[in-house]
Parts: sequence; structure tokens; C-alpha cells
Amino acid sequence: MNKDNNHVELLHNQYIKSLKLENRWVRFYQAIIFLVFFSGWELLSKKQWIDPLIFSSPSKITTLLINKIQDGTLITHIGVTLTETILGFILGTLLGTILAAILWWSPFLSKILDPYLVILNAMPKVALGPVLIVALSPGYPSIIAMGAIISIIITTIVVYTAFKEVDPNYLKVLQTFGATKFQCFKEAILPACFPTIISTLKVNVGLSWVGVIVGEFLVSSKGLGYMIIYGFQVFNFTLVFLSLFVIAIFATIMYQLVELLEKKLIKE
Amino acid sequence: MSFLKVQDIHHTYFTKDTATTALSDISLTVEEGEFVSFLGPSGCGKTTLLSIIASLIKPTEGTVLLENKPVSTSQNEIGYMLQQDYLFPWKTIEENILLGLKLSKQLNDQTKNYALTLLNQMGLNDDVKKQLPKQLSGGMRQRVALVRTLATEPKLLMLDEPFSALDYQTKLKLEDLVSNTLDEFGKTAILVTHDIGEAIAMSDRVFLLSPRPGRIHKTFEMPTELRGSSPFAARNHEAYPSIFQTIWKELESLEQG
Repeated sequence: MNKDNNHVELLHNQYIKSLKLENRWVRFYQAIIFLVFFSGWELLSKKQWIDPLIFSSPSKITTLLINKIQDGTLITHIGVTLTETILGFILGTLLGTILAAILWWSPFLSKILDPYLVILNAMPKVALGPVLIVALSPGYPSIIAMGAIISIIITTIVVYTAFKEVDPNYLKVLQTFGATKFQCFKEAILPACFPTIISTLKVNVGLSWVGVIVGEFLVSSKGLGYMIIYGFQVFNFTLVFLSLFVIAIFATIMYQLVELLEKKLIKE
Repeated sequence: MSFLKVQDIHHTYFTKDTATTALSDISLTVEEGEFVSFLGPSGCGKTTLLSIIASLIKPTEGTVLLENKPVSTSQNEIGYMLQQDYLFPWKTIEENILLGLKLSKQLNDQTKNYALTLLNQMGLNDDVKKQLPKQLSGGMRQRVALVRTLATEPKLLMLDEPFSALDYQTKLKLEDLVSNTLDEFGKTAILVTHDIGEAIAMSDRVFLLSPRPGRIHKTFEMPTELRGSSPFAARNHEAYPSIFQTIWKELESLEQG
């Protein structure tokens, strides 16, 4: 008996070791890609095989990054864009979910609005930019609106579909207890759709960045989108790449935060 | 006066292309404390009838009276158990069993204790309270569903094939448990099933329904010796095989007819 146990433990240890080994190889190749990409970029740029004026180089970008951090301008730009993006993201997801709830509440209304949702979804929302800027005055409100509007309709459609697909037997259980429609929504529909809502959050992280950056292209005098446009106009592509680099980092952080929220909300 | 009175129920489902009559001319009464079954092949409208009695569906014609009043779900008169447990996967066992009380705003220390006592009576100890439904086996989950149904102290219990998703051994055990619990509390219950043995073992009366449209084909009174014994004992009783045969032949004739 004891011998068997030892044997199983040994096998289990071997299994854990093989998992660790695989994990190490994955990290190794990831590091290789990272190193090859950036050192290759540096080398090509140094040797002038690619135009350093357009493609810049990692060393130049790093130097600029340090300068911009030291003079404090980068922090301001990041602060502005991040605030806009987070607000747009929250607003878009919240309004989309509320709209989905209204559609679920009234099947009649959802039948009426169906073709309009399809049209609004198909329309490129960023094209509304000029209208928003004039309507809401150039500045934060219009940029936040851009970040929100880009994700509202798709959130509505996805979440509403999920609401409709909740197993009707859960509603039957609640109805036998005399639950009101609001109780049905709160106890069954909404919690059953948390996984879907979280996955739309993940999509919306990306979408909000698009909305906000385009919004900043159009009007602003601050923010990472402005840095890109400014860099483009003065032909300083190091600045453009620096902005891209910062955006990539913060978009990833936001995505990770959503994943953290997912783990909190959905009990595994 | 009867406890439950179902009068001249007709029900038709409408779709764009068809109008299907699911139930026709159903009238029956159930006395307090009685256990009756609706037995019949699939498509005979058993579940529809149950939903109508529970006032979840409004019938095209006819009335249902419980103690001479129309049924109202908001007063917790009805307890309904479905084919699967339908425990809410994101709620703990405790939250699940207190759901009915919470929805009808009857949740207080006394009702909560009652629900937890019921849980213990079903052979589930306090450790499961904080667990999630998926940590429990199928039989345990169905027992939790039974506690959830009984916690609001319904006058009438509806059982819609509650054992059909379980394995045979668990099913036999649960039949005994449900039957004993209902006897103990003197509850009136209606069981929907397509399992002849289950209907005989558990009920006092069996209504055999014929399909398309659903009608009451025949009513079988179970002999007193079977009524008194637990479902498991009833299945082994000498009176059991002959009743089984009688109902079996009726069901066969329905399918050929």
C-alpha cells in the first residue's frame, strides 16, 4: 500500500516536472521572439537597411521615452488618454448592457428596433466623429463619446442575444416562486450572462482605444493620439512609435484587469 | 369540497402555421394529502397540464381552483420541481434553498432555520451550505432542489419527472425520500412521469393520459396495501406486477389506437 502511494507520488512529481519544463520552453521562445525582433530592428536601422527616419529604432525610442518621462509631458499625455479610454469603455459597456436589458424587457420594442440596430452596427462609428465634435464641443466630452459609441451597439447586440438564450427553466423556477420580471432579471438573466458581459468587456477594451485615439487625431491637443498625429506632422516617427509602445502597454494592462475582474466575478 | 379542482381544461398552442390542441376536456379533483400521477406517452400534454395547474400558463378554456380560489404563484401556494435540479450555478447551496423565501420576502431567522433543518433531514450536512451546486452529485443536487421547493411550505407540490435525469439507484432512493417527506408533512402532490413503475409506487391515484390531444384516458386507484408502503417496498409488493400489467396494456392500446 505504502509502496503504491510512493509510486503514485513519484509519477505525479514527474508530471509536474514535465509541465514546468514545457512552461520554461514556452517562455524561452517568447523571449527569443522579443530579442530577435528588437535587436533586428535596431540592427537594420543602424545599418540603414530600413529608413531610420521612418522606422526609427528601439534605442532612439528608449532615449525619447526617458526624456519625456523626465520632463513630465508623457505622464500628462498618458493620463489624458487613459482617463478618456476608461470612461469611454465603462460608459459604452454600461449603456450597451442597459440597452440590452430594455430590449429584453420589451420584446415588442426589440422587434421594432431590430433593423435599426443592424444598421447602426454596420455603420463605421468613427465616421460620426466630426458630428460629435461639433455637437459636444471639441475636447474631452466628444472624445469620451467616441470611445463609448464605438462599443455600445455591439455590446447591446451580443448581451441581448445572451439574455435571450438563458435557459427558460431557470425563469420557470423563479416564476413558481411568484418572482416579478425585475426579480427574474436580477436573479437569473443578469448573473447567467456575466461570462458574456465579461467577454464583451475584453473586446471593448480594444474598441475604446480605437475610438479615443481616432477622437484625439481629430481634435485634441493632449493625449497619445495627439502625440501620434503631432509626430506624423513634424515627421518625428520616433514619437509615433513611442506612443504606440505606450498604448500597447496600457491596453494590455487594462485587458489583464478585466481578466482579474472575470476571476473575481465568476466563481470557479 | 375538493382541495384542487380542475374543470374543463382545453389548451391550444398557436404558431404561424398550426394550431395544436395539447389538452382537451380535462376535469379532475385531488383531495388534500393525496398523491396523484399523470402518466402517459410523450406528447400527451402532461407538462402543459402541470404548468396550467401551477398557473404558469393560462389555459385557452377552463378553470383551476385550489381551495376554491384561483391559484396564485405569489403566495407560495405551489412548489414546482423540474426534470433537472436547475439550481443556480452561481449561488451557493444556502442561497439556492433560500431563494423562494427571499423572492416572496418571507426570509427571516425562523424560515431560514426551517430551510436548513430540511436540508439536514434530506441527509445533507451543514458543510454543503457554502458549496456551489457543481460540487455536488446529481442525487444531492436534486435533494437540494427539493429543499428549495419545500422551504416556502407550498400547499401543492408539482413534480415534473424530477427523477428522470438520475441513475436508477439514486432514483429509487430519492423516490423513498420524497414519498416519506411528503407523508410526514401531509403534502398534496402531483407527479408527472412516463415511468409506469414510478407512478404505481408513489401514487394513490394514477391518471393515464392519451396523446394528441391530451385527454384523461383512464384513472387507476392504487390498492391500499401499496399506498401504505414506501415506493421501494411497493415495487416489491405482490400486488405490484398485476397493476403494472394492467397499466402497461392500456398504454400499449393507446399507442396502437
